[in-house]
Amino acid sequence: MLEQQLVNALSLGCVYALFALGFTLIFGVLGVINLSHGAVFMVGAYAAEQAVTRLGFPLWGALLSAFLFCGALGLLIDFLVLRPLRARNAPHLIPMIATIGVAIILNNGVQGIFGAENLRFAPGLVSDESLSLGGLHLTAIELGIILLSFALMAVLLLALKKTQLGRALRAIAESPKAAYLLGINVEGLFYLTSFAAAGLGGLAGVLIGLYSNALFPLMGQPMLHKGIAVIILGGMGDIRGALLGALFLGFAEVLSVAYIGSSMRDAVAFGLLFLILLVRPKGLFGTLQERKV
Amino acid sequence: MEWFDNFWSVYSNLVLTLGTNALLALSIYLTLSCGMLVIANAAFMGLGAYSAALLTMNYDAPFPLALAAGMTVPAVMAFVIGKPTLRLSGVYLAMATLAFGEVVRIALLNAESITGGALGLNGIPQSTQGWHVALALALTLALLWRLRRSKVGRAFEAIKEDETAAGLMGIDVGAHKMLAFVLGAALAGLAGALNAHLTFFIGPSEYGFDRGVEILTMAILGGIGNLTGPVLGALILTLLPELLRSFKDFRLVVNGFILVLIVLFLPKGISDTTRLRQWLAQRRSRA
Repeated sequence: MLEQQLVNALSLGCVYALFALGFTLIFGVLGVINLSHGAVFMVGAYAAEQAVTRLGFPLWGALLSAFLFCGALGLLIDFLVLRPLRARNAPHLIPMIATIGVAIILNNGVQGIFGAENLRFAPGLVSDESLSLGGLHLTAIELGIILLSFALMAVLLLALKKTQLGRALRAIAESPKAAYLLGINVEGLFYLTSFAAAGLGGLAGVLIGLYSNALFPLMGQPMLHKGIAVIILGGMGDIRGALLGALFLGFAEVLSVAYIGSSMRDAVAFGLLFLILLVRPKGLFGTLQERKV
Repeated sequence: MEWFDNFWSVYSNLVLTLGTNALLALSIYLTLSCGMLVIANAAFMGLGAYSAALLTMNYDAPFPLALAAGMTVPAVMAFVIGKPTLRLSGVYLAMATLAFGEVVRIALLNAESITGGALGLNGIPQSTQGWHVALALALTLALLWRLRRSKVGRAFEAIKEDETAAGLMGIDVGAHKMLAFVLGAALAGLAGALNAHLTFFIGPSEYGFDRGVEILTMAILGGIGNLTGPVLGALILTLLPELLRSFKDFRLVVNGFILVLIVLFLPKGISDTTRLRQWLAQRRSRA
């Protein structure tokens, strides 16, 4: 059943990719390792669940409301926490610690409001039909995750490569100061990035909540750890690398479960990350920058 | 002394945890003071805790021997992984050590025959006395204080400011980084060993990512400019959840808010007094 394993690996990899896209976007543009991304992801899942149960939204409405709610949340975090730190030129560790605080607030806030027990999406929200192709099975939600993560990556890559906005973002990633001197609205684009990245995180939360069919306040934490592994594998801040790193991790995990045993799944993921960093210090797909004295 | 006995019977565990947390914060301070962001301290703590606890439980080892083993095992481990790992710098070093930490945690989880797996080790004798922790903390502080003013400490600082320049000045960058890494690991192991003989029970989930981040937060929150910083940070992060008990379900939310506010308004940590002095000077000049 190697083929079925490979299909499972593909969908797991795309799950990680979906999470990692927003995570890597923030790192690439703002230069911040945003440890609250896992919490935002969880908030997205809860927002969609509430939209479905309280307001009776259909799936697309739930996805949209999660995107907007988390986007607004990301904007708020950026405005209240990251912007003052940027204004002060704080060293990069400091924003990371601040986002830990934000994650604590969100995780425990949700736990305080909804309790620690698992919530589920209403049954029948997504069709439970599955696609069978030559003996391989793919559920509707898996197919959605795979298509969406490739589509989102394509859109992001195209936007970054071809549009004026993308050029401005890449200029900021290179040097915010130089971009500012060129007349780019740096602050505005930082806000936009925070909005989009958090929105994507929220979307990922909904899809993965549907995929695993369990929402709980700490659901973002394991995802965050995997997300860190993914963006390191892919080279920090690299969109294509995030997808490749995620697929790599997905395949490594599924194959290790199949051939070594499920208890070693996470050990394989992090062991690989450790080894790869030792051999290729900037990640599998990152490029090494020589420091000039 | 009656009030003290009462106080001690209720809060002794908290006070002792405070001490071991301070040791942990100092262990990450040591690597940070050499310019390295290492997040493996939770794993080193776990290695120390497990090796000490296994010695006392299975071999009836005397407590000092268990503590020594709790420091040696992580130090040796740090020495082994140090050579390839410390070539990395910045975020990449942080992530590699974080990954190493996860591997250690999962190894502890899966080595069921030795470590008891997810159930952990139960019934560790409670040999840690108040003066053990106090002595360990005092010795560590004295050692680190001496180190700061020694040739080695100045070399650490030079490496932290600029690695390339330090190397050009003739400092053996690799050896000094290794020293800071191994000492930090031994210190974290000591904290783990003391803590294990305090809490009766240890399990692998105590030494994961969240603990690692908590240790880092203590050091950064207190400030790494001097030795009081990490101790102060440990004090605050240990006491806050206790002081906020009245907020019930939302006490960790308040905890998070306070963390964010400290980062926003005291960027160099709580122990950095320049801001306070500036503010006082302003008030005086206005008056």
